[in-house]
Amino acid sequence: MSFILQNLWLIPVLPLLAAGISALLKRPNRSLAAGLAIGSMGASFLLSCMAFAATHGKHGAASRQAHNFDWFALGDTVVRLGWVLDPLTAAMVVMITFVGSLIFIFSVGYMSHDENFTRFFCFLSLFAAAMLGLIIANNLLLLFMCWELVGLASYLLIGFWFHKPSAAAAAKKAFITTRIGDVFFFLGIVWLYSETGTLLFYDSGRGCLEQDALAKMVAHTTIGGLAASSAIGLLLFCGAIGKSGQLPLHVWLPDAMEGPTPVSALIHAATMVAAGVFLVARVYPLMEMQQAGVSEPIPLTAVTWIGALTAIFGALVAVSQTDIKRILAYSTVSQLGYMMMGLGIGGVAVGMFHLLTHAFFKALLFLGSGSIIHGCHEEQDIRRMGGIQKFMPVTFATYAIGMMALSGVPLVFCGFWSKDEILHSAWHYGPSKIPFFLGLGGAFLTAFYMTRQMCFVFAGKYRGGHDAAHDDHGHSHSHGGAHSHDPHESPAVMTLPLQILAACTVLLTLVSTPLWPWLPEYLLGEAAHVDAAKLFNAGTLTLLVVSGVVVAGGIGLGWWFYGLLPAEKPDEKDPLEQQFPEQFAWSRGKFFVDELYAATFVKWNARLGELCHDLDRCVLDLLVSIVGWTTTGCAHVAKLFDEFVVNKLFDAGCGEVRRGAEAASELQGGQIHQYLRSIGVALILFVFILAVGCNK
Amino acid sequence: MNGLPLISILTFLPLVGAALVFGVDRERRQLARGLTLAANILALALVAALWVNTNPGEGGMQFTERHVWIPSLGIEYHVGLDGLGLVMLMLAALVIPMAVLASEKINDNVPLYCGLFLFLQGGLFGAFTALNFFHWFLFWELSLIPAFFLIKLWGTKALGPAVEAKFAWLGWGAGKAYLVLFIGALLGFAVKVPLWPFHTWLPLTYSEAPTPVSMALTGVMSKLGVYGFVRLLLPIFPEPMHALLTPLLWLAVATIVLSTFAAFAQRDLKRILAYSSINHLGYCLLGVFAAASATGTALDRTAALNGVVLQMFNHGITASLLFCFVAFLEDRSNGARGLEDFGGLRKVAPVFCGLMGIALFSSLGLPGLNGFIGEFLIFKGVFPLVPWAAVLALPGLLVTAIFILTVIQKVWCGPLNEKWARLPDLTYNEGAVVFPATLLMFVLGVWPQFIIAVINPTVAHWVRQLPF
Repeated sequence: MSFILQNLWLIPVLPLLAAGISALLKRPNRSLAAGLAIGSMGASFLLSCMAFAATHGKHGAASRQAHNFDWFALGDTVVRLGWVLDPLTAAMVVMITFVGSLIFIFSVGYMSHDENFTRFFCFLSLFAAAMLGLIIANNLLLLFMCWELVGLASYLLIGFWFHKPSAAAAAKKAFITTRIGDVFFFLGIVWLYSETGTLLFYDSGRGCLEQDALAKMVAHTTIGGLAASSAIGLLLFCGAIGKSGQLPLHVWLPDAMEGPTPVSALIHAATMVAAGVFLVARVYPLMEMQQAGVSEPIPLTAVTWIGALTAIFGALVAVSQTDIKRILAYSTVSQLGYMMMGLGIGGVAVGMFHLLTHAFFKALLFLGSGSIIHGCHEEQDIRRMGGIQKFMPVTFATYAIGMMALSGVPLVFCGFWSKDEILHSAWHYGPSKIPFFLGLGGAFLTAFYMTRQMCFVFAGKYRGGHDAAHDDHGHSHSHGGAHSHDPHESPAVMTLPLQILAACTVLLTLVSTPLWPWLPEYLLGEAAHVDAAKLFNAGTLTLLVVSGVVVAGGIGLGWWFYGLLPAEKPDEKDPLEQQFPEQFAWSRGKFFVDELYAATFVKWNARLGELCHDLDRCVLDLLVSIVGWTTTGCAHVAKLFDEFVVNKLFDAGCGEVRRGAEAASELQGGQIHQYLRSIGVALILFVFILAVGCNK
Repeated sequence: MNGLPLISILTFLPLVGAALVFGVDRERRQLARGLTLAANILALALVAALWVNTNPGEGGMQFTERHVWIPSLGIEYHVGLDGLGLVMLMLAALVIPMAVLASEKINDNVPLYCGLFLFLQGGLFGAFTALNFFHWFLFWELSLIPAFFLIKLWGTKALGPAVEAKFAWLGWGAGKAYLVLFIGALLGFAVKVPLWPFHTWLPLTYSEAPTPVSMALTGVMSKLGVYGFVRLLLPIFPEPMHALLTPLLWLAVATIVLSTFAAFAQRDLKRILAYSSINHLGYCLLGVFAAASATGTALDRTAALNGVVLQMFNHGITASLLFCFVAFLEDRSNGARGLEDFGGLRKVAPVFCGLMGIALFSSLGLPGLNGFIGEFLIFKGVFPLVPWAAVLALPGLLVTAIFILTVIQKVWCGPLNEKWARLPDLTYNEGAVVFPATLLMFVLGVWPQFIIAVINPTVAHWVRQLPF
């Protein structure tokens, strides 16, 4: 067993140790906490690179190694956990530790004024540990445990500024909404366990994702004619819906923007929300099991449709939002939809490829928005920005790269290639062409809303600053005595990560074009070759051109609406609103999903609570009085019985016991005398019965 | 160790301690507390010795002592320990000293108070080791008496009906239990656990009892009922249990689900925790009942019952720790403990809130803490045995999260309620109670084998005895 396989557990455990130590640190130990967090992530990054090297160049089954160990004994069996090293693991841990380290470094600058700086890094490290554990887990139970722990870390970090009621509410909402999915996920795990008798993914032929177990599950038909494999696949996907903000459980993700911006970048853009996508990719052998009589694997069909609908839904909402982070949040919802769609129709490589590229450019965009918010004195409303380009040149340049990657500007940005890959497979999707058109529509809207955002933030002249005292966005900030109301560029500790991420966004392109599709092939454990034919075959080229045109259309239209005549004042009506007031209101209102849920599920839950409470009161009153009467009645009967029957037999039989019992009942005076007396009598009865029994 | 009657020594140690403490002068409070703790620690050391010396591979009874007691009645003094008994002894040995340590603010007739706690512990030790029905019943009743006085004398004044309600229930249940009729025993334990709809005494009692007594009630005494189901009903009456399976499972599901919804509607922290307790023990009952199902394999039953015993222990630790935190909070707030009475406390008492948060998340079933494994094993076992019951019980997991996070949101988050601007953080004395328990929660969450090693052989032994 190779060194790295043996020590793969260190990748999550190092940040966990950092979290544990900084949990015990006192507030003033700021640099120690930050140093521990960044240091442990750096060390994990090095280990991840070794893991990557170990999987690189291996193909097929040789690219996967697992190590399992006993956790506890159960009956004659043993519950085992373990970790797995394959290209999927390696690519994810490299991405997480790399992007994570950069975000940690950025946080040093962003959170520098916060009094709970130490605690912030403790939570960040906890998150990183859980997330990395989730990736390397070779056991669905271990994966679920880490899955819940990333949920906890997300909860703690969304509610980091707990004094804000909105943050506390958003944290709770995030935890509970994702837990709705998790309950089904949990059921799926339990079901899978009972079907296959193991939760290990890979266990030299005996794991639940290996041939024997899969064949068994697909052959077992359960309720509704579903094969067990399909039912379990759907249940597991429910967990992914919650975690990855898919319809209809997407409502928590935009609210999660209440957390500090580095948290949004790390958890709610690059890593945790992608965990659902990762889960589907991890259990892909199960998801793609095709039951007899159905043309497509049922779980994957669900994944495709939910993904496609989410992709277009998120984009539609993002078009009209005014909070810089919420636009990005809905964009994340939409992009996660793309990833799901990619998994559903194109397979692991397509979905995971977009996950990896998205992690880079979305982290870049979120950190960029953090830099803008920081520079604009905690302003998050894009209508109060404008003309920031000249105050924050570095942020502008890097943000523009992120924006182009997200919009899918052709050729030099990795986002274009990964999104194109999804559209490409959608075009060849047999059952329906609708996902393709939904995806294409989403691509158009993405280009449009990102252009709108760019124009609002960077074009025109600065519209904030008139009432800069307005600070309802959290942590107290003081910029020293000379308080300038103009935006300012962020310090190097914040801009450096931006530049590195921007560089990666471009460099990743080199390994992701169809010319040399190294990254997608690596994810499949296959070798990539330079193959010009792949790029120049007619289908690929046509699609490249089509998506290029769509993106150009989106950007052009955005520019025409927002760039030509930049807004002058913050309270101007949105140009789109003037054109389409009704549709705009739906989009601005996020299609009123939150309101719908508040009027239904939230209300029903409260009603049920009241109902159960009232039921208890009635039951209590009723039953207590019945029991009271019965007991008193029994006591009277017992008394008579005592006097006329028991006494005589008893005196002859076992007087000692009776004296003892009487002494005991003397002890228990007061209100409950009668109840205890009945117990005493019953005791005597019991002895009597035994005595009769023994004397036979 | 073989020669010493360890179990008898353990049972009578707290009783002797109680007698000593009763004799202490009313004014010498520290002496009474000190003596009590000394007896508690000795008892804990003895239980630890039993734990170390037990032979984990063997599922049957160990350390047995058997003497003739009342020969004419066939009553013997017969005690012994298996995995279940050992785990329950450990729980009683841990929770009672925690409750005594959490009673610092009780200054009224301390020797009687502490003595009653020792008395209670002795009763529990006796009940958990007894192998003879008569003997077992004697100690079960013996533990009820001190609990009754602790609630009656130190509880809130508005409590007369509460105590009577509780003891009406328990007495009624107990009275029936002896008729050795299956139904009687079933009802007796059902009231004790409690099973819906016999649960209504519990929130009332827990909320009106002094909080340290609530700790003992929820931590250990509530386990007497589940213990009865596991020790007596399942092995002695498997067929009747099987015949009544469907209604029993419905009741267990109702207990789990309705209690969480009721918890969500409560506005008093102690009542919330009380309903949460009902919910957690509901999972235990679900596991026990499902084990009487005829379908499924021995492994499923083993998983469910392992989960049940683990859940009993974990719930004991977590729930008593939570009540302990409420006691500390009440000490600071002059008795205020409404959900809406606080707000933003995390700002002034971060350590307090952090540690209580760990306990709350453990109660929510967060993996990595002790609560999760028990619940997982129960569901893992119950699902193949009776899928519908497992599925119907699932909303409990969700609603538990809702009300627990609501507590955190209302009490700790949001703007600081100025009334509590000077609320002190956790003191070192309080930390001494809380830290070991918190550590235990982590250890059990990460390394459950530590305790499952003791439980599993016993459970496997029971499952082999079951007729299906």
